[in-house]
Amino acid sequence: MIAAAARELSFGQAINEAIRQEMRRDPTIVVMGEDVAGGAGRTHLGFVDAWGGPLRATRGLITEFGPERVLDTPIAEMGFLGAGVGAAMSGLRPIVEIMFVDLIGCCYDQIMNQAAKMHYMMGGQVDLPLVIRTAYGTRGGDNRTYGGGAGAQHSQTLYAVLAHIPGLKVVVPSTAYNAKGLTIAAIRDNGPVIILEHKFLGLRAKGPVPEESYTVPIGKAEIVRPGRDVTLCGIGRMTHICVEAANSLLAEGIDAEVVDVLTLSPLDEDTILESVSRTRRLVVVDEDTPTASVARDIAARVADKGFDNLDAPIKTVTAPDTPIPFAAVLEAQYTPGAVQVISAVHAIFGTGA
Amino acid sequence: MLQQSNGIGRLAQELPSREVLLWMYERMTLIREFEERLKWLVETGVPVGAVHYYTGQEACAVGVCAALEPSDWIASTHRGHGHCIAKGVEVQRMMAELYGKSTGSNRGKGGSMHITDVRVGMLGVNPIVGMGATHAVGAALSAKVRKTKQVAASFFGEGAAGIGALHEAMNLAAIWKLPVVFVCENNGYAQSTPVEYALSVPHIADRAAAYNMPGVTVDGQDVIAVWEAAVSAVERARAGQGPSLIECMTYRYYGHHQGDDTHRYRTKEEEEAARRRDCIRRFRENLLEQGAVRQEELDGIDAANRKKIDEAVAFAEASPLPQPADLFTDVYVAEPEGERK
Repeated sequence: MIAAAARELSFGQAINEAIRQEMRRDPTIVVMGEDVAGGAGRTHLGFVDAWGGPLRATRGLITEFGPERVLDTPIAEMGFLGAGVGAAMSGLRPIVEIMFVDLIGCCYDQIMNQAAKMHYMMGGQVDLPLVIRTAYGTRGGDNRTYGGGAGAQHSQTLYAVLAHIPGLKVVVPSTAYNAKGLTIAAIRDNGPVIILEHKFLGLRAKGPVPEESYTVPIGKAEIVRPGRDVTLCGIGRMTHICVEAANSLLAEGIDAEVVDVLTLSPLDEDTILESVSRTRRLVVVDEDTPTASVARDIAARVADKGFDNLDAPIKTVTAPDTPIPFAAVLEAQYTPGAVQVISAVHAIFGTGA
Repeated sequence: MLQQSNGIGRLAQELPSREVLLWMYERMTLIREFEERLKWLVETGVPVGAVHYYTGQEACAVGVCAALEPSDWIASTHRGHGHCIAKGVEVQRMMAELYGKSTGSNRGKGGSMHITDVRVGMLGVNPIVGMGATHAVGAALSAKVRKTKQVAASFFGEGAAGIGALHEAMNLAAIWKLPVVFVCENNGYAQSTPVEYALSVPHIADRAAAYNMPGVTVDGQDVIAVWEAAVSAVERARAGQGPSLIECMTYRYYGHHQGDDTHRYRTKEEEEAARRRDCIRRFRENLLEQGAVRQEELDGIDAANRKKIDEAVAFAEASPLPQPADLFTDVYVAEPEGERK
């Protein structure tokens, strides 16, 4: 980490600063999406910058960069993401917002068949400097959380269907600090990168963020809490759940290490395998549903390449294979929490209730 | 015949120059020669992968590309060989790509359905119907933001009129006044589904009104008619007045792809009637009737094209196959060291 900055920003503000700093540096960067500014074309009535995206991550950009570089779009994910692909092939560096990851069904071809494959199937002749930002995740049964009660089509964690696609980099920040650094790294990447931003973190998480521009490398996991006895592997908001569980476990004398995966594809196997080689135990914590999931992929890779270092079976803590329920009590039950992580660790050690 | 061209609601003020007329003839016949040779290769068992012949539709690609500048962009469809050649992709590199050779336009990693050459403004053959239109919109947006005055032409078939991406692309181009020319090649069939079954209006051009853009239907077997319409649309685009839609009524002589039996869904009479309106033969006859060019010039072009395709096949056959390590290259864009720090 860069030397401690006293200044704290929210997760959304950190992303906003990342985009703003890069747009100042590079005139080919444009931002597109539904309501990325909001109130388009109403400047004559004094309305500018009405919305700024679900995490307010693009608020204020239009006043600095104007409507030519900050483009509100109609509701047309297939169309404007395709425009982003075409623009990235022809000299721009677009940042396209898909409001919620649940909406990728409306534009999946542009991600799966177009953006991710262009560089490869065209024999390397085109770069595709495209960033897709999208919000994901449940409120975890917390009624106070923004986006609360969003239900089965506005709360998902659909990164497994993205990480499955070769050629696409899939990034899930967990703090304001790494959100800024990963966003800048994604913008500077000459290939397509999709960033999944947790709604819960987006508006509630705050943390120290240096004012200067910096990158957090894509493709690197981070050990956020060193420990000796078990590795807890977290993704996005689940990293915070892992830290919460680790703090509780310490009281029982179990010293858990927490690895923040940060990039789902390409996955940093080395950091995870190295951690497991020391702790000899692994619990993977994932807010997505378990079948064909990132959690099980990580478990399979460690079983394949690190089996000899394991003293216990690998455990996964995930959402169940159900759609996301509306009622807060059911949503809380659906979303993995520290209690389930602690139970998994107890199962490994043969302790607890 | 040249005077009878049914253009974009007006007769062209000027016909193309002699140089452009010869270029049109050369490109149309080169496409025909390429496709006929490819058909022969397929039928003699050369493994060139899945291909969709453009034969019959040559006037559409050539008429539009004759109205474009080399720096302009085009986005294409699965039936894209004609668009590639019209925009200037080298036939040697195309043929090598079909052979899956490392000298191909895409180093053997794309094949017929992905031929691309951004150096000549060819943004890609794209077999996911409708997607090319959205990419053309993106290239036009890029031209507008970067103030380059480039135009993007989007080729698509009448089958694409059924997919939502095309609607989204047209609406975006219209509201942002982007320099896009939408070119529908209405060849009557989406695979085996006839247009009159799948389209809610008589003509795709009728839909232009819904996007507040000009729309015209032209004879796609008449390269001058296509050219006239394209010149108007390109002028409008370059002047910042927004997109246009040109519907070219055309016909594909062969099946949807190399194995398709057309007689399961269209009559021999219909096919024969279409061939009587062959765009190349009509253009050649008209050029000679007008005295615009000499027969020896056209014969010379025909011979040169045969030689070009002979050479393209020889080049493809002699070229090396990709190496096993190539499977793993270009999955991600390599970051040039220090370039964007």
